[in-house]
Order: sequence, then C-alpha cells, then structure tokens
Amino acid sequence: MIWFSLLVLIPLSAIIVKAAGGGLSTFVDVFTNDNTRSALVLTVVSSLIITAINMVMGTIIAWVLVRDRFPGKALLDLVIDIPFAMPTIVAGLVLLSLYGPESPIGVEVSSTRWAVLLAIAFVTLPFVVRTVQPVLEELETDVEDAAASLGATRFTTFRRVILPSLVPAIFAGAALSFARGISEYGALVLISGNLPRKTEVVSVRLFSFLEGGNIEAAAAVATIMLLVALLAIVSLDVIQRRVARRG
Amino acid sequence: MASRSSNAVANKSQVVKWVLRLLVIAYLVMLVGWPTAYVVKHTFADGLSGIQDALSDPDVVHALKLTAQIAVTAVIINTVFGVGMSLLLVRYTFIGKRALSVLIDLPLSVSPVVVGLALVLVYNGRFGWFGPWLEDNGLQVIFAKPGMIMATCFVILPLVIREVVPVLEELGDDQEQAARSLGANAWQTFRRITLPGIKWAVVYGVVLSLARALGEFGAVKVVAGNVGGETQVATVLVQQKYQNFQQETAYSVAFMLVFAAVLCLIVVALLRPKEHKS
Repeated sequence: MIWFSLLVLIPLSAIIVKAAGGGLSTFVDVFTNDNTRSALVLTVVSSLIITAINMVMGTIIAWVLVRDRFPGKALLDLVIDIPFAMPTIVAGLVLLSLYGPESPIGVEVSSTRWAVLLAIAFVTLPFVVRTVQPVLEELETDVEDAAASLGATRFTTFRRVILPSLVPAIFAGAALSFARGISEYGALVLISGNLPRKTEVVSVRLFSFLEGGNIEAAAAVATIMLLVALLAIVSLDVIQRRVARRG
Repeated sequence: MASRSSNAVANKSQVVKWVLRLLVIAYLVMLVGWPTAYVVKHTFADGLSGIQDALSDPDVVHALKLTAQIAVTAVIINTVFGVGMSLLLVRYTFIGKRALSVLIDLPLSVSPVVVGLALVLVYNGRFGWFGPWLEDNGLQVIFAKPGMIMATCFVILPLVIREVVPVLEELGDDQEQAARSLGANAWQTFRRITLPGIKWAVVYGVVLSLARALGEFGAVKVVAGNVGGETQVATVLVQQKYQNFQQETAYSVAFMLVFAAVLCLIVVALLRPKEHKS
C-alpha cells in the first residue's frame, strides 16, 4: 500500500498540484498555444479514428481466430501479441523500415498524419482482439444455427444474434485502445517527424516542454492527459460492471 | 448434431469466409508481420557482422546490460508487490478498495512521459517533494538507477495483478481457512496453499512484465537523463543511434529487443495450455 502510494499516487498528485500551483493562467496559456492545441486535437482525433477501425477490424480478427480453422492460425495468434510486447521505440523503427523513406514497396508516410495513424494502429492492435476473443469463444453456435435455420441471412444473424453479446467486450477493448492511443510516445517519436501543428502529438509536445524546462506547462498538459485517461478507465469500469450485472 | 448444423452455417458462405480470412491476414501482415520481418532481414543483411559490430560498441553493451539489470530488478520488486496487492484486493475488505482497483489500471493508460514527469516532480534532487531529503541521505533517484527502476515498476505494475486477481477470486479461501484452522501460520498458508494455486498466473504475469520492462522507453527516457554509457538503456540507444544515422546498430539492437519480446510471447503461449490442464 505504501509502495503503491510512493510509486503511483504521490507522483501523480504531484503533477496535479504542480499544475494547479501555476493557477488557471497556466492552463489558459497552454490552451491558447496553437502548437499545443493542435497537438491535443490531433492526438484525440487520431486515437478516435483508430479506435473506430480497431472496433471493426478487432472484431473481425477475433472472429476469424475463433471460428475459422486454417494452417498458420496459431502463428497469427502470436502476431497479435507482438505489438504489446514489442518495445514502443522499436515499433516505430519497424514501421519506419517498411513505410519510411527507404520503403521497399514505395509507400512513404513518414512525417505525415498517416504515420501517426499507422503507429497508433500498430500499438493498439491487440486490445479489442484480446477482449472480444474470450467472449466469442464462450458463445455457443446453437443460437446462430437456430437463427440460420429460421431463415436469417448470415448478416442478419451476425447483427441480431452475435453482435449484441459482443458489444460490451468491444467497447471495453475500445476504451483501452483509446487510452493507449492518446498516450503513445515511443512509437510516434521516430515515424511522425514531430512537425509542430502537423504531426506532433501530445506526448511529444509534453516531452519538449520538459526538455525546455517548462515544468508548469508540462504539468498542465500532463493533467489534461491524466483526466482523459481517467475518463477512459472509468467508462471501462462502468461498462464492465454493466456486463457483470447482465451476465 | 449441433456441430453438423454449425458446419452447414459456415459452409453456406464460403465467399464471406475467404474474404474475412484474407482481410485479416492482409491487415496483420501489412501492419505487423511484414515490418517485423523486414527488421530481421535488415539486421542479417550482412550476415552476423551487423550484430557483431553492434556488440563491439561499449555503449551498446552497457545499454543492454543496464536494461537487463533494470528489467530484472523491477520485475522482482513488481512480482512481490503485485502478489501482495492482489491478496490485499481479493482477501480483505477496506475503505477505498474499489478506488484502488480502478487506480491499479491507471499505469496502463497513462502516457509513459507523464509517468516520467510525475516521478521527476516528486523525487528530483533540486525541487522534488522527497528528492532533496533522499539526496541528503545519499540516495539519488532521478537520473540514476533507482528512478529508472521505479519508472519501470510503475509501467508494469498492473500486469502481475491483473493475472493473479481473477485466479485468486476463483480459488476461494476455503483451503486457506482450513490450513489456518489446522494451525498453519500466515506464511505457511501462503507458501503451501495459496502459492501453488496462483503459480501459473504469477509466471504468466512475470513473463509479460519482463517483456514490457525490457521495452520501456518514454518513462525511462525522462527519468534517466540519457547519458550514453551511464544511464542509457537499450530502447533510448536505438532512438539515438537511428537519429545519428548509425542505422545498422539501431536495427541490430532493435532486433535483439524484438527477439526478447517474441521469446517472452512464445513462453507465454507455451504456458497457457499447461494452465488449462491443471
């Protein structure tokens, strides 16, 4: 308990105290700074886009992994976890090697907003898949068969029978992937090029405040990020609670 | 019966099945598989010489050693406290328990840079809350190993707890109560009854947190101060080498980190079935 306080609670409250110590004016300064504001907007918008993509792709991937059978599936299963275990800076390097200036396939996205999306998509890949997969595994195929035998098309079966029971898991995974997306740093620092107002994300911005010794501004940005992260976690908790009640 | 009819459902739309399958494989290959394979190819473009060159650079060797040292220390600390906190969360009731269990997930979604900033604010030697006092007592935290270990611990904190808590909940405490009523003390109960039950969950959590600890970048970069040959870890070294156009070295070190991460994943994948069997 003491360890937890020393490690997590006290340092995090220090950020908020520091930010509050600067008064409201620090927050106003931070927000009126164009670079910071556009970094914030870029981060949140890209994370939202990728979260939406993840919700669709993640569900499809989970579906294929659970219901489909083909050689090499186990390998695919392993690939899903790679972004989670891979060091984030290496993730950036890895993406840069294929989609960077020396791209062997002629796709160059480094230093564009596509790069930001790509990097976020990479690091948040496992979350939706891994939350949906166990739910899908437990789902019986009986109901689907029943729906199909009653004349439902495959799409109708999916929409009316399968999707409703997956929705909580999809949203739980989405909250995790959103939180991870807005906080990503390592994967983005190499590939995004960090152009202010174009491809600079919040964590990179925060780091440059820190390097410039502007601790108050850094703390203010950090507080905003903490609030967004906390919001994501609380909504995750609420969703999980609702699932538990229903189940 | 059920299985036959579910095959009928599946067979009805071979096209959809193939489209989905190809879509998934293409997405994963483009996003993860190909780039990862490319790094491997890049590393071994000139055979083993890339890695040999990298390993002959004292900075690289130092960074790798430091990374291993920090990761192992942080994982050990984290395992002890993780198991302790899981027991606390599952077996005892206290005020603020719910808040605590929400807060434990926080490190997963807090930006590593924010983690670093938080630790710097509290523990740095000049204006931190505890920093000056600790430094007077001869313990420098920020820009030194203790800070880097703390940053790593912060980031990997939830991994062990999240694995152990569900298992503990499932086990229940009947056996523990029985052991206690037969006269076992707390330590004996833990070692003989609780630990064997949660063994695999702990191992799984440890491997995951090891993978994560080896690769931590943002948080460690902020607290480490990044002095080459002193407090520079492998991940930061990769960035620096890349930006200095020593790409071969960067790719070689990156490959080693990827290799370690994938190794951890394979260990986990091999452990999973065992857990189900027992």
